[in-house]
Amino acid sequence: MLQVGLTHFLIVSAVLFSLGIYGIVTRKNAVMVLMGIELVLNAANINFVAFSRFGNFGLAGQAIALFVIILAAAEAAIALAIVLNIYKTFTNVNVDEIDHLKE
Amino acid sequence: MSESLLINICVVILFLPLFGFTTVIFFGKKIPKLYLFEVAILGIALLLSIIVGYVKLSLYNTKDIISAFTWISMGNAPVVGDINIELGFKIDNITVMMLFVVNLISFLVHVFSIEYMRGDKLYTRYFAYLGIFTFSMLGIVLTHNLLMMYIFWELVGLSSYLLIGFWYEKKSASDAAKKAFIVNRIGDVGMFIGILILFTQYKTFTFDIIYSQIAAGNIPFASNAWLTAAGILIFMGAVGKSAQFPLHVWLPDAMEGPTPVSALIHAATMVAAGVYLVVRIFVMLTADAMLVIAVVGAFTSLVAATIALTQNDIKKVLAYSTVSQLGYMVMSLGVGAYAFAFFHLVTHAFFKACLFLGSGSVIHSMHHEQDIRNMGGLKRKMPITYYTFLISTLAISGVPLFSGFLSKDGILAGTLAFGKLTGHWLIPIIGFTVAGLTAFYMFRLVIMTFHGEPKDHHKFDHAHESPFVMTAPLVVLAALSIFIWYTPNPIGADTGWVLKNWIQTPTQVTPLETRYEFMKPSSEEAKAEVHGEVIHSVEYTETMHWAHYPAMFMSLAFAGLGILIAFMFYQWNKLNADKLAEKLKPLYNFSLNKWFLDELYDLTAITGTLSFSSILAWFDNKIVDGIVNGSATVTRFTSRVSGWFDTYIVDGFVNFTAFFSGFVGLSFKKLQTGKVQTYIVFVVFAVIILLVFFKPF
Repeated sequence: MLQVGLTHFLIVSAVLFSLGIYGIVTRKNAVMVLMGIELVLNAANINFVAFSRFGNFGLAGQAIALFVIILAAAEAAIALAIVLNIYKTFTNVNVDEIDHLKE
Repeated sequence: MSESLLINICVVILFLPLFGFTTVIFFGKKIPKLYLFEVAILGIALLLSIIVGYVKLSLYNTKDIISAFTWISMGNAPVVGDINIELGFKIDNITVMMLFVVNLISFLVHVFSIEYMRGDKLYTRYFAYLGIFTFSMLGIVLTHNLLMMYIFWELVGLSSYLLIGFWYEKKSASDAAKKAFIVNRIGDVGMFIGILILFTQYKTFTFDIIYSQIAAGNIPFASNAWLTAAGILIFMGAVGKSAQFPLHVWLPDAMEGPTPVSALIHAATMVAAGVYLVVRIFVMLTADAMLVIAVVGAFTSLVAATIALTQNDIKKVLAYSTVSQLGYMVMSLGVGAYAFAFFHLVTHAFFKACLFLGSGSVIHSMHHEQDIRNMGGLKRKMPITYYTFLISTLAISGVPLFSGFLSKDGILAGTLAFGKLTGHWLIPIIGFTVAGLTAFYMFRLVIMTFHGEPKDHHKFDHAHESPFVMTAPLVVLAALSIFIWYTPNPIGADTGWVLKNWIQTPTQVTPLETRYEFMKPSSEEAKAEVHGEVIHSVEYTETMHWAHYPAMFMSLAFAGLGILIAFMFYQWNKLNADKLAEKLKPLYNFSLNKWFLDELYDLTAITGTLSFSSILAWFDNKIVDGIVNGSATVTRFTSRVSGWFDTYIVDGFVNFTAFFSGFVGLSFKKLQTGKVQTYIVFVVFAVIILLVFFKPF
């Protein structure tokens, strides 16, 4: 019988993280990039919870996961505001067309 | 009157003419008749010097009044020790007599010049120059040290230069001024070296300190030869200034200046400065130095007298007679007749100034005619000038009752005594010959100028006696050429106050072995046997007594012969001068051309100097300039190399660095896309690489 262990969690988390990174790097739309960031954060959350469950850390991991969720919500709010501003400035939200950081 | 007051009056006397000079030179153009101020100042100086002279000679007759202050103090210099350079006055009998002579003649010349120079466009400046000359001359007279003497010596040279070249538009005048200045410089170099020899040894310029050191046996470099050398070198200054052979050539040319200037500077005062200098250094002269001085003086007097025989320019005759008389004074100092030398300086100053001013009066009335062959008969037209001129001529010829007889007779007695004591008979022989020659050429001058018939009737008709301001000085000077001012006895100067009380012959300070035999001090017993004052030694005093009458009769005979021959030639026409000149053509030309000395100097000294200068110029142009140009070329070459190095190596390196940075920048520029996603990829890869390399787990 397949025992669900720490490794599986970590694999799921790693997959999720990789997908997140992939999304961040490849997507053109800034909103999609934000969604990639959410994936990465959630991958980290899974890691925290998993270590909390299998490790000897008490509930600290879960508490931090809660913080991360709240942080993600706040981050999403700010990031969307930034995206809105980007749109106002450049009339689009395609990250590959915005290269002002070069200057 | 206290001594300090006397000194203060002397300071005033010294600076009055300088004050006159500065006032006249700066304000002469703005204030009319300012020259009278200069004349008045000289009058005041004359009055003051009479007061000083009277007080000094009556109250402080045997005492020298010295006042000095430290001018430059060098502290305790390393190696040489203490050096304090003093300036100061020494007022002795000789000083006050010179003060009187200089101020009197200067004043009379000022007065004379008022009329003589009237109408000259630089009229006021002329008086200013006379002022600075008088100032410099008084400085020489008053000084108590060699340095101040040298300073004023050069100032006198400068003012003489200014006055000789007063009519500088005339080329001959400016040439004569330059000649006088340069020839004087040659003598002054010697004088300067002599002064430095003394200064090196004694660290002071003050006469009295130097003499007391010599008397104490401290002689320069512990060698009598150096003492002799110092004496002769300082005497070189006198050779230049007093126009002694071989540097006498400037004085006749100096007659290009205005005639009153010739009277003041080139007859009475400045040229006497050389004699005055030798008088001042007399006590430190060794026998060798004195012999040199005597020979130079004797030879000068002979050369100048023979030249004067044939000159036709009234001023040239007087100029050569001045050179000749200066030679007399120098010779007299050389033979030890100190008092007579200075006495002759004084008497000569008066009668020679009178002669020159008289010639100025003649030239003035003849409208600047100076050739005596065009004169004659002026006696009728200009009686005052004639009689004053005649009196001075009698004085210079050595006729009794006149001052020149007293001093000349003394000098001749001195040479005779010298000849007897040392065996140098040539010097008295020259002395007597010159006395005869002097009488001859002076009467030739008088007869050709004033006697006989006028040669140039046009000029004669316009001739007239000079106005009062010109004749008054003549009368004063002629009066001073009479014996009564100097001694009550017309044939014995020794009994007069000048020689008996005023001029005291000092004792030599040189080491005994360097003195003449007759200058060594005699024992007290020997002195007691002789009545009266002993000069140098008993032996010398006795020989002088012995020489007195022979010298007097011989000098009278020679002078009478000279005068007689002059009358035979020019007055009574018993003898024909032209025929004699024809017969003795070579001798006549030799004398007329001044022994060809100018030509000789042209050939030797001047040509030599010029060729030496051209060698130096060549050296400058080729060698010195070559070195300079060569170093410039080398510098240019090295700077070119260094420039190349800068351009290609240093700049190349800098440029390469810049280019390399640019290249690297350009290549990395591509990584800088500005897109967030690219950066994230880099970050991810970087994290992965870090993890792989550092293996934290």
